[in-house]
Amino acid sequence: MLELCDLEVRYGAIRAVKQVDLEVSEGELVALLGANGAGKSTTLLAVAGVLKCARGRIRFAGEDITGLRPERIVRKGIAAVPETRDIFPDLTVRENLRLGGFIHRRDRSGLSHDLDRVHDLFPILQQRADQPAGTLSGGEQQMLAVGRALMSRPRLLLLDEPSLGLAPTIVDQIFAMIDTLRQSGLTILLVEQNASKALQLADRAYVLSLGVVAAQGPAAEVAASSDLRAIYLGA
Amino acid sequence: MEYVQFTLDALTLGSLYALMALGLVIVYGILRLVNFAYGELIMVAGYTLYLLGGSPLPWLVMAAVAILMAMLAGIATEYVAFRPVRERSVTAVLITSFAFSTLLQNAALLFISPRSRQVPMPDLFTEAVQIGELIVPIRNLLTIVCAVSLLGLFALLLRKTALGLALRAASSQFRMARMLGIPADMVISTAFAISGLLAGVVSLFWLGRIGSVVPGIGLEPLLVAFIATVIGGMRSLQGAVIGGYLLALIDTAFNYLLPQDLLAFRDAFTFSIVIFILLWRPQGLVPGPATGQRT
Repeated sequence: MLELCDLEVRYGAIRAVKQVDLEVSEGELVALLGANGAGKSTTLLAVAGVLKCARGRIRFAGEDITGLRPERIVRKGIAAVPETRDIFPDLTVRENLRLGGFIHRRDRSGLSHDLDRVHDLFPILQQRADQPAGTLSGGEQQMLAVGRALMSRPRLLLLDEPSLGLAPTIVDQIFAMIDTLRQSGLTILLVEQNASKALQLADRAYVLSLGVVAAQGPAAEVAASSDLRAIYLGA
Repeated sequence: MEYVQFTLDALTLGSLYALMALGLVIVYGILRLVNFAYGELIMVAGYTLYLLGGSPLPWLVMAAVAILMAMLAGIATEYVAFRPVRERSVTAVLITSFAFSTLLQNAALLFISPRSRQVPMPDLFTEAVQIGELIVPIRNLLTIVCAVSLLGLFALLLRKTALGLALRAASSQFRMARMLGIPADMVISTAFAISGLLAGVVSLFWLGRIGSVVPGIGLEPLLVAFIATVIGGMRSLQGAVIGGYLLALIDTAFNYLLPQDLLAFRDAFTFSIVIFILLWRPQGLVPGPATGQRT
């Protein structure tokens, strides 16, 4: 469904992603692992259209989407939850979710159905509907960011470090939520620093190191064969 | 009685300052870039009025055309000075917006005149009403009413419409807003159009005070708007409005308090107060939302 071919992404003179080939099939949960600075988030942002590729192609659902603007990418069915979550802190929770459904704003009945779905998944967001999103706890903000992404009715969800900086019990909730989403048939590309948890859940995994793919395969194999500590220490 | 007079004066000036500041900050909020050609939007509206001066059109139509031209000039600023370079560098936009400002001023110098030109104003602007013992120019009352209703309308637009929601989202997390499908170019052009609209309305009342337009007319409004937004908090729309009214309050207070021979130095006094406000609140009075990065 998603296919990255020989991808290179630069920040000025720095090549954050040097050469990445990656594939995600429909219905799969693929984990993207690696140390800080390995190029995971950069890869994700390139798929979302926020960063321009210096080289290589990105194909989605049989279509070349390389170089499309982020506004176009989301309309193709790719939604992103960035590492920084980027909720709109001064807008209410409800307004944040409404913005998530911006591309479907003319379809009112569909939107209220989508909203019900998000509320089923994250009941807390319904309770907090009229609060400014900036007043939510870290875990709630993460739920809001995911809920907002779902409002665009994605076929592929890009999740960047959803467990970052959250308390252990909340982390478990977030992973349970990812599992639920996967079982609902959503295709997910998950960037995670919590490698063991991600590998338990994922179908397949890629390990990035300094901008290239260092290892790849079924999650169980990656978990068994690679020395995770080595990956994270960047060796 | 003097207090009422003072309040009315401060409110009149404040209404203009608030609109000027809002026009500047609406663009800054989204792009984190100051549009230095902002003052020229006021100039454009002024010269449009002057050029329409001899025509038999009713004044309100002339005013509407002038505001429309300011909006178009605002959108033109975006296309000429911002869009080609805005993703490359902040410095480049600084220079292109200065360049566009100079270009517009020089066009006015060259094609119209370096000397001031009379702009048509309705008779209503020179009339006054008597309230109790006070004689209040109708123009002042109109300024306040217009500004307050415009600010109210603007607040309503931001809160209640999809476009307003998109603008607010873009001004806090521009990148994320794009990832949700909010078209960046449309949002930015809209911000420039609103900026032009506000500049156009300001122009009517600002020129109404002096009755004429010169090529350099935009400098003072730009400066006022910039200082008001700095006081109020560069990232907050409410802050800009508060900053505008506060700056006018300070200006008017010095107008009343300073002895005649010091009045020429009023701005020096005003700016001293501004410095103190900034020492006390370097972020401005309203800090505004935590924000993300530029494009």
